[in-house]
Amino acid sequence: MDNVKQIKHLYARAGFGLRFEDRASAGNLSVKQAVASLFNSSENNEPITSVQGNTDYAMLVKGDKGAKKQFLQQQRQEEKELNEAWMNRMSTTDAVLREKMTLFWHNHFACRTKDSLFAQQLNNIQRSHALGNFRDLLLEVSKSPAMLQFLNNQQNHKGRPNENFARELMELFTIGRGNYTEQDVKESARAFTGWGFSKTGEFIMRPFLHDAWQKTFMGKTGNLTGEDIINRLLEQKQTARFISTKLYKYLVNETPNLAHVTAMANVFYHNNYEIKPLLDYVFTSPWFYDEQNIGNLVKAPVEFLVGLNRQFYITYQRPEVQLQIQKALGQVLFYPPNVAGWPCGRNWIDSSSLMFRLKIPSTLLNGGLIDFNGKADPEEEAYIATIRNQQQFVNAKVQTQPDWPRYLKNIPKNASKTDIAQFMLEPKLSNTLINNINSATDIKAMVVELVSTPEYQLA
Amino acid sequence: MDRRNFLKNTALASGAFLIPSFLKPLEAMAMGSISGYKNLVIIQLSGGNDGLNTIIPYGNDIYYQKRKTIAINKPDIIKLNEMQGLNPNLSALKDIYDQGWMSIINSVGYPNPDRSHFRSMDIWQTGSEANQFLTTGWIGRYLDSNCQSCKNPYTAVEVDDTLSLAMKGEKMKGIAVQDPNKLYQTTREPFFKDLVHDHGDTNLNEDNLGYLYKTMIETYSSANYIQKTSKTYNVTCEYPLTGLGNQLKTVSKFINSGLQTRVYYVSLSGFDTHVGQQNQQGRQLKIYGDAVAAFMYDLKQSGKLDDTLVMTFSEFGRRVEQNASNGTDHGTANNILLFGGKLKKAGIYNDAPDLAQLDNGDLKYAVDFRDVYATLLDKWLDVNNSQVLGKGFKGLDVI
Repeated sequence: MDNVKQIKHLYARAGFGLRFEDRASAGNLSVKQAVASLFNSSENNEPITSVQGNTDYAMLVKGDKGAKKQFLQQQRQEEKELNEAWMNRMSTTDAVLREKMTLFWHNHFACRTKDSLFAQQLNNIQRSHALGNFRDLLLEVSKSPAMLQFLNNQQNHKGRPNENFARELMELFTIGRGNYTEQDVKESARAFTGWGFSKTGEFIMRPFLHDAWQKTFMGKTGNLTGEDIINRLLEQKQTARFISTKLYKYLVNETPNLAHVTAMANVFYHNNYEIKPLLDYVFTSPWFYDEQNIGNLVKAPVEFLVGLNRQFYITYQRPEVQLQIQKALGQVLFYPPNVAGWPCGRNWIDSSSLMFRLKIPSTLLNGGLIDFNGKADPEEEAYIATIRNQQQFVNAKVQTQPDWPRYLKNIPKNASKTDIAQFMLEPKLSNTLINNINSATDIKAMVVELVSTPEYQLA
Repeated sequence: MDRRNFLKNTALASGAFLIPSFLKPLEAMAMGSISGYKNLVIIQLSGGNDGLNTIIPYGNDIYYQKRKTIAINKPDIIKLNEMQGLNPNLSALKDIYDQGWMSIINSVGYPNPDRSHFRSMDIWQTGSEANQFLTTGWIGRYLDSNCQSCKNPYTAVEVDDTLSLAMKGEKMKGIAVQDPNKLYQTTREPFFKDLVHDHGDTNLNEDNLGYLYKTMIETYSSANYIQKTSKTYNVTCEYPLTGLGNQLKTVSKFINSGLQTRVYYVSLSGFDTHVGQQNQQGRQLKIYGDAVAAFMYDLKQSGKLDDTLVMTFSEFGRRVEQNASNGTDHGTANNILLFGGKLKKAGIYNDAPDLAQLDNGDLKYAVDFRDVYATLLDKWLDVNNSQVLGKGFKGLDVI
């Protein structure tokens, strides 16, 4: 039983939660075996290919009113489909660790672009290197049209440097604030002059725009190139510390433990920024399973939604429903608020977002009805009656299809209500909750209650 | 008493969370002190409103040279002085201006302006530098500042379904209420009520689970308080039947019913006028002007005008020169409009924008937007602006 607790915690953090279905196969593994199996299932590195053609941008400039309108429509459609494709990938894939880390890099290298092809390209870079080498990842991200465009490196020319990319590279992507000087920003911006992209979305180095003169960056002098700057940044151990801290907050605890983070940084640095050994170290460290690290991370809206989709095998007749939920909860994929990414943790929760989050599971699973069997005040009877009447209507509106039979079939035969509840929620059960579920009429009603709790917001 | 005990002793231990006892001291306040309660209403115009076609520098020939097809004809402009006048769609504001209830601050912006909608809106909402990323909003940090009236989420109310970054602080966040009755209804879910009512004290720890339960409890008592309080007042004045009209009507209901709220936030979008600007912006400005005018008359009638200050901003202005599609592209500095019964300097606060000395075709800012915020924080919300804006700003002599 104890091992299930650990495996469940591992899946909550390295993936999007453990399903009853996975419990049968993973529940009896040792932690080491389970981690190995997570890496195994994530070997598969399949790119997302929802955006096909190259949108003809010439139409936006040359086209008439009708052509422009059509262009904008197509652009929006591609955006929607890309969002949907990634949501579906996360909700159905076996490569959960890869997707979970892609989501991490998506937020670390936060970027917005109106060109969905560029967005998809960057997403696939983050996916293919999600568990690979950080240097390769950083270099490819830096050379991606999406990022070059977003951070204005296309306009970074010899004699007229644009410092946007150089600054964010240090502040947000590698060593963090306070570890570089304004002079470092200026000199490195010169090193990146000429980095740009072609119309077809390929990186190009434009020598005639590149400043090939001598630069001094972090104590190194020479005719430095962009690659030299990136290498110099990776030589600083601070980069390993910076990334480790951020990863610790994502996978372990919002409050970094200095000893643990230092140990992670050592592993990362000595393995030449290979991501896999770092993750392996975290997931197999005893401290990862300490009580204070369990059930205390606020799920990001996308993690929350994907977790529900996976646990209940939800399919959507109207894909825009998932987009609406992302909007209401404040996290639309491919639309981070700025280059610093989404502020996580408690920032996800305010009065309105919390009420949405408590209400969304019952809306997707049961037409908005939480079948509560406790005592109701007379004034609540009217409310209950209304909700019951609306159930069909809500169902018709959201058109989601959870696979209840599949979910129920996988629950172990001898599991008590409390066992089921403890499996579904990461934090410890409170007495109120135990009382509530014990009075629930059936398993389905109880499960809808469980996912409509503050506890369910935590991983 | 710290915040946690405060909640425990009131909402939970008493079991009567529906009528939180922490409201009682406020209820007991004499009416006199409540009438001194000042409100700030923020109206956000999203998309980048073209300030030059809102408050029009008709006295400057450059305006007509740069805007051959989208300039407003001189005879149609509602003149305010020799240099500037109102867009004709803002005709409802003429009387408001003449009453001395309106103040125009020209050329408000910040150094190294960003022309991206979402980034510049971020900067305005957080009050950051152009190269700084803050995760809290300026009103949110005002809530965090421990000011005397900052104890509850409803100290800052956004009339919307979701909460803007501007309203989110580190410890405290405002509350989004589009419709008080609807919010109240969602909190009537018997299962949720049971969780709020019966859950043990252990869940109110400082950890994230405690934070979630605290937020839930605060939402419950706030929803109840807002619903119960606001339904005691009926707005009788006429408001235009527009989204913004309805939002301001709701704000009026909140203010007049004596809700203990200091900041209200509403927004109107549709100002990104790259194409066919005149019609599109005209429609939005009419919605804006008519709604604001109705709001001002309503407050005058109920005696709340002197206690209310309205500020309108947009994430950026637009370029001085029009584009080829009879529209304008993203620009920089813009005007801020203030309304209220107690303006120290009503009318036009500073010089009209300089159309001759441009920065790459864009207006140069003359007033930092954080000096406007500082003025509101220091003189209206009674908190030292450096507590909210990081470094201190001098402020303006306008209210």
